[in-house]
Amino acid sequence: MEVLQLLISGISQGCVYGLIALGFVLIYKATEMVNFAQGDIMMLGAYVAITFISLWEVPYYWAVPATILVMATVGVILERVLLRPMIGEPHFAVLMLTIGLGFVLRALAGAIWGNEPRALPMPYVGDVLRLGEVVIGYENLAIILGTALLCLLMWLFFSFTRIGIAMQAASQNQLAAFYVGIPVKRMFSLVWALSAAIAALAGILTAPVSLVDPLIGFVGIKAFAAAIVGGFGSMPGAIIGGLLVGVVEQFAGLYLPPGFSDMSAYVLLLVMLVIRPQGLFATMQKKKV
Amino acid sequence: MSNLLEIRNIETYYGPVMAIRGVSMDVPQGKIVSLLGANGAGKTTVLKAISGAMDPQKGTVTYDGVDIQGHDPDWVARKGIAHVPEGREVFPFLNVDENLRMGAFSRRDAEIQQDLDMVYDYFPILKELHKAQAVNLSGGQQQMLAIGRALMLRPKLMLLDEPSLGLSPRLVHEISEIIARLNAEQGVTVLLVEQNAKMALEVGDYGYVMEIGRIVMEDTCERLREAPDIQEFYLGMKDHGVRGRRRWKQRKTWR
Repeated sequence: MEVLQLLISGISQGCVYGLIALGFVLIYKATEMVNFAQGDIMMLGAYVAITFISLWEVPYYWAVPATILVMATVGVILERVLLRPMIGEPHFAVLMLTIGLGFVLRALAGAIWGNEPRALPMPYVGDVLRLGEVVIGYENLAIILGTALLCLLMWLFFSFTRIGIAMQAASQNQLAAFYVGIPVKRMFSLVWALSAAIAALAGILTAPVSLVDPLIGFVGIKAFAAAIVGGFGSMPGAIIGGLLVGVVEQFAGLYLPPGFSDMSAYVLLLVMLVIRPQGLFATMQKKKV
Repeated sequence: MSNLLEIRNIETYYGPVMAIRGVSMDVPQGKIVSLLGANGAGKTTVLKAISGAMDPQKGTVTYDGVDIQGHDPDWVARKGIAHVPEGREVFPFLNVDENLRMGAFSRRDAEIQQDLDMVYDYFPILKELHKAQAVNLSGGQQQMLAIGRALMLRPKLMLLDEPSLGLSPRLVHEISEIIARLNAEQGVTVLLVEQNAKMALEVGDYGYVMEIGRIVMEDTCERLREAPDIQEFYLGMKDHGVRGRRRWKQRKTWR
């Protein structure tokens, strides 16, 4: 029973990693940029939700879509203002830009909402679901179900909608996408909107479990490890990688001496890089010259 | 007869390297214009300058009476210029059907399905493979897919960049027949860039020859076929006559 219990809390934590990793992968696949501020965008999403729910007392069924919408807009603005001028610049410049963006967002959040941890009072917090001896908190259940629903929506979007397929096309062959008339630059904005919206959802889901402070965005680093474990560039891989990291972390926390839990994501990353450097779901495609 | 596309004096650079040194060309409505030249002559760059993938530093590209240089390639595509780039450039992990439908991305009319059937009519093999991922297609099939995808735009002007590249002679023949048919049946104006001079001069109405960034010859394809320089350098019909002409001594370039 203990194993099952650990597995479930690992999966719920892993879903959060997976969602952030998904944001990394989406942006990377579409624009070949790595957005290291992904975790901080999640943090911002959590704070926006807190602002709506705790400060302005908007009912949560309005607040959640509003938060996602606000963050999608933030994503578009970031892309238009900061990232688009960087097209064609070296990768490390973009990297530094997004790392810097992370610092700015953390400082900004501290200035606006303060540095002491805040809670996001979602209506389901505190209740538990009992399945035999296994106890699942509703907030954990919400994370798992929310992630599953999002994955389903993403799959439908990318497989069947015109825009979704065009986004795939633009990420597979940017030049050809231009030539068939796909507005590739607008697709980039859309990808940023999408990944910021996913980060916002991750923030909303994780906020009831862990309190929100300006530094929670640092889980982004673990999520980054998860994205690599999954094979950077694969969307299912990002989720699976996230789940793996989450589960391994929980087990390491119980069965290994203290400290190993926080380390486990990176140990997993190192092991993966040694035995299967391309990640679980490799999507490395040959670049044509 | 009006010109669908007029290029006037364009110059482009790759960094400090001048790739096109003042090229002017006309592509008349409803015709097939061939652009010949060796590797590195700047043929592909001319196409890129037309479709907006590269902006010319100088000169104008006028399409249908409008200056189009300096715009993004997707904007140019929506104006009705379909660029089939060198090396096919299909969307590797989309299937044939999705690839073709992406070609019609900018269109919102109800006749997309009809055009899809038309493309499948021209390329029956694609219909058989319509659920296959493009990456698994053979080179010739990918070339057909790239041309078919361009057709889905309902282009007025098609820019074809070396459609014969890496194809067997039979397929080259097949592709050139398709190009001629598209021109005749769909009224598509074609600008064809080729190294395969034989094919380009057979299918084209008018031809330009480029060398090191300049147009060095232009004439109807019929007359170009007869021109001694073209026969020697591009068609490989070397005259083994009196004392064997030693071309490297006689003439290295046309400049």
